[in-house]
Amino acid sequence: MARATTTRHRVVVTAAAWTVGFLLFFPILWTFLTSFKSEATAVQIPPAFLFFDWTWENYVEVNVRSDYFRFAMNSVVIAVGSVLLGLLIAIPAAWSMAFAPTKHTKDILMWMLSTKMLPPVGVLVPLYLLFRDWGLLDTRTGLVVVMMLINLPIIVWMLYTYFKEIPGEILEASRMDGATLGKEIVFVLAPMAAPGIASTLLLNVILAWNEAFWTLNLTAAKAAPLTAFIASYSSPEGLFWAKLSAASMMAIAPILVLGWFSQKQLVRGLTFGAVK
Amino acid sequence: MATTHTRAAARLMLAPSVIMLLAWMIIPLSMTLYFSFLRYNLLMPGMETWAGIENYQYFLTDPAFFAALGNTLMLVGGVLLITIVGGTLIALLLDQPIWGQGVVRLLVIAPFFVMPTVSALVWKNMLMHPANGLFAWIAQTFGFQAVDWLGAMPLLSIILIVAWQWLPFATLIILTALQSLDQEQKEAAEMDGAGPFAIFLAITLPHLSRALTVVVLIQTIFLLSVFAEILVTTNGGPGTASTNIAFLVYAQALLQFDVGTASAGGVVAVILANIVAIFLIRIVGKNLDR
Repeated sequence: MARATTTRHRVVVTAAAWTVGFLLFFPILWTFLTSFKSEATAVQIPPAFLFFDWTWENYVEVNVRSDYFRFAMNSVVIAVGSVLLGLLIAIPAAWSMAFAPTKHTKDILMWMLSTKMLPPVGVLVPLYLLFRDWGLLDTRTGLVVVMMLINLPIIVWMLYTYFKEIPGEILEASRMDGATLGKEIVFVLAPMAAPGIASTLLLNVILAWNEAFWTLNLTAAKAAPLTAFIASYSSPEGLFWAKLSAASMMAIAPILVLGWFSQKQLVRGLTFGAVK
Repeated sequence: MATTHTRAAARLMLAPSVIMLLAWMIIPLSMTLYFSFLRYNLLMPGMETWAGIENYQYFLTDPAFFAALGNTLMLVGGVLLITIVGGTLIALLLDQPIWGQGVVRLLVIAPFFVMPTVSALVWKNMLMHPANGLFAWIAQTFGFQAVDWLGAMPLLSIILIVAWQWLPFATLIILTALQSLDQEQKEAAEMDGAGPFAIFLAITLPHLSRALTVVVLIQTIFLLSVFAEILVTTNGGPGTASTNIAFLVYAQALLQFDVGTASAGGVVAVILANIVAIFLIRIVGKNLDR
């Protein structure tokens, strides 16, 4: 009964909710703990939960022995670069659809959404061959372009729903005052839509950072981002759980923090505005 | 009022996005379609010959295809079942008056931000490993035989891993929908003497139907293409026990270098995805009219 919220009811649901939250979060917590163990402690049975010799060794090892930094840089360049490039292309498009709609605007939006539904294996073979012939395999440039194209529909859509909330009269007033279109977008629209543009940037960086089809298939060593670096731990020889955990924590921690900040926009972005 | 001048400018600004997406869609897709009618192997370059529908015949009658189709459906269906039922229950729980709701929310959505290769390897090794994994230890503690998760039931294991990744998404969207529910309607029903279960069926569930549909459709799109989780855990095996369509096409193309057959498989995957896409586009489009 929602009316009679008794303390007892509250205690019960609180305990249940925290248990569920803890269980769902546990694999991440366990990775965190394992990353501070020695390799021997990491695989020991019964497992050590909190009382073991905490060590930074794995983090040092992963950074020194493997080229962790290079993979991380690839992730940053590919994720951030592709989204910035996408915004550059999408902001004018979203402006055009939000403030100068035609009878085709809705169809174009729908069609853009449909490109997102193209399964990647449908274009894997030709893209692989084109990349091979153009010398783009295992290059950051190639991946930035692919990631940009993959996320472009979401970027356009999110921006469009944010721009729609800005009254067109303000833009028109600036136009009356003699602002050119470029100035109107940069100095009038962009500041007003800044929170929306920021959420779009954030969510798409997260999506690009975690993308693991194209990054695994189109890279080998030079341009491989963290998704591919972690995948290299899948070889069955030897158990390096502590190092795997340290590498994993470094790969997911920044994006986890960003994700927690963007959770409100997540729903809107991923459902194309269908659920707000 | 938009002037003719701004209209022209608007079209010009829309053009780059449209042209790029059009190129991204049409060029590789038509190449896939063309390759699918060729006898084309990467190990024998320059030997391509017309194959007609041979590749389709080969791909569609290959026992691996039926296994992969079945696995794809099981994977999509299994994950949907877990995330929809689990997500609804968790969302209902989080919608209650609880202490520290914000923190619990953060804990629940966290798995969604973990990259697929990390979550698959963490589950495969530290949780599901038959000798040193945590699940094995828990089973033994309670006197059960340890289970070789990925060896004995590879598909179920992958379903569990992928469901863990997507449960936060379903929960978050259902929770968002729940919070927009009109409380007065619920209170009125309570005063009329409706129990919590009756309220859920008569008021909450209809209100959620749209969010649930969106969750099903969007997840289906992504789940049809699950790839990294299979690659780093079972590599599709043992045999084809955990191969889905996406992985089968990848294996044909980049492991067996059979471009023709892989392309035929790609076309089949596109057709499957389109069936789902049509429904999703309709739902989102309806929303746009409101």
